Amino acid sequence: MHDEALLSVDGLCLAYDGSNALNGVSLDIRKGELICVVGANGAGKTSLIRSIAGTIPASSGVVRMNGVDITRKPPWEICELGIAQVAEGRQIFGALSVEENLLVGAALKRAKAEQVNTLESVYALFGRLRERRRQLAGTLSGGEQQMLAIGRAIMSKPEIVMFDEPSIGLSPALTDVMFSVVKLLHEKGATILLVEQNVAKSLSLCNRGYVLENGSVVLHGSSEELLSNSEVQRAYLGM
Amino acid sequence: MSEKFNKAAETKRWIAGAIVFVILGLVGALSNSYIVSLMTIVLLFTFMGQSWNLMLGIGGQLSIGHALFVGLGAYSVGVLYLKYGISPWIGLLAGMVIAGSVGAVLAWLSFRFEVHGIYFALLTIAAAEFARIMFSGWEFVGAMQGLFFPAPTGEVDISMLRGGARFYYFVALALAAIGIAGTELISRSYLGYVWRAMRDDDEAARALGVRTFRHKILVISISAASAAAGGGILALVQGAIFPDSIMGMGISVDVLIGPVVGGLGTAFGPLVGSLAAIPLNHLMGALGDSLGIPGLNNIAYGVILISVVWFLPDGIWPAVVRGYAAIKGSLFARPLKLRKAEE
Repeated sequence: MHDEALLSVDGLCLAYDGSNALNGVSLDIRKGELICVVGANGAGKTSLIRSIAGTIPASSGVVRMNGVDITRKPPWEICELGIAQVAEGRQIFGALSVEENLLVGAALKRAKAEQVNTLESVYALFGRLRERRRQLAGTLSGGEQQMLAIGRAIMSKPEIVMFDEPSIGLSPALTDVMFSVVKLLHEKGATILLVEQNVAKSLSLCNRGYVLENGSVVLHGSSEELLSNSEVQRAYLGM
Repeated sequence: MSEKFNKAAETKRWIAGAIVFVILGLVGALSNSYIVSLMTIVLLFTFMGQSWNLMLGIGGQLSIGHALFVGLGAYSVGVLYLKYGISPWIGLLAGMVIAGSVGAVLAWLSFRFEVHGIYFALLTIAAAEFARIMFSGWEFVGAMQGLFFPAPTGEVDISMLRGGARFYYFVALALAAIGIAGTELISRSYLGYVWRAMRDDDEAARALGVRTFRHKILVISISAASAAAGGGILALVQGAIFPDSIMGMGISVDVLIGPVVGGLGTAFGPLVGSLAAIPLNHLMGALGDSLGIPGLNNIAYGVILISVVWFLPDGIWPAVVRGYAAIKGSLFARPLKLRKAEE
């Protein structure tokens, strides 16, 4: 199983101030897949992304990228291997211009040489960002900032992009736009790990899904299976 | 905003900068000796303020002990020249290497052990005070008695960086120009946006793969080295080095007042701020002496700092830029487009 997975997480635990944010989470993603991890607030979704990205080191368990153990690697090495994230709350650099924000995303060996071309492809994808390239990122609307955060992740020429609640703080209309962007990226060949609270929308977008509760995976399977699961329907879909 | 318009604005900015320096050049050539020596100090503190500005305004790291680096530069020039007859050019270089290394070690130690922000700033004061006390007791570098350069003969010797007051004015002017152009260039380069990203949000930059630990050490080291270059020239200008004056808190404050008053993170801020604060300091010092009120200059610093923080929290220069844009906008009835940060 591990050798065919692009990214595999095995028994990942993360302890924060004595309490466990993650209790042995395991999942894997194959190349070209779009999978989602859904769960309520505090289920450990953000902790999962952060410990994969290396910004908060896991207490135990293993994360492998192409079979290589990356669990204890610093964030920049993990980025260098092609794991990008679109952080929760976007984390835009407000005092930098839109273009500078994008260029920071390409400040990696794997991406720097081609940053001009990548920048062009990001602008082709998000025309709005091209129009506002010189503008301070802090002056963008919430939806535009989310585009910028996604563009910034694309700038690192990633193998896999992890989205941490891209719909948070967006209006329903913008949420739809955001999900269609995720879908578009996937159709263009990106491997995507989507972490969401919006269970119905994200499951209908993905091939497979994992349900996270109190730091553990309680269910996983194809999207159809999960959507028709009575527990999921009761707890997350309000049926 | 079209690309062409940006290019034109860009060229205009560089031309405006060049005009300011031509005027400052004329000031140096035509003014009396009092103005020349006062302006020399203003320009030197512009340069050193620029180095401090690079560290906080762009790199996001606060130092309240920049006197440490200024002093290391001054002593490197002084000791090498006075004890071994080595040219101050080499002294400047040595000072930059020493201060850059001390800065790097200080930063490494601090960030390695998770000492950040205001605690790092306290560490810089502690390091500066430690160095001042150490140099005060170190006979080889003159201890409390200090080091004295021979009185200038008035002959200009570029290879030994010796000359009269006007010569040093132009040296300081060149340094200030290098400082301003350097800040502008760094700010737009790869290092500039990576450092500003790190300043804005350290965690987010780290998550994007920016090696923030290394970049912090780098920006502090570069800042320290350039402060040392300013310190070396300051020693030559003043003709003497005493630990209390060159490594004291006073210097640390003089260094930071320019950028804080003028505008943090901007290229012209330190010049504008130093021009406002340092002559005022001298004037109030002289006034205080004649009235028998010592410390009037410090009160003036306090007042100017508080009023800038109160009325122009971004500093004088950004306010000028905004004012100019507003006037221009209303004259040409062009909607005021959002601009890049005070450039």
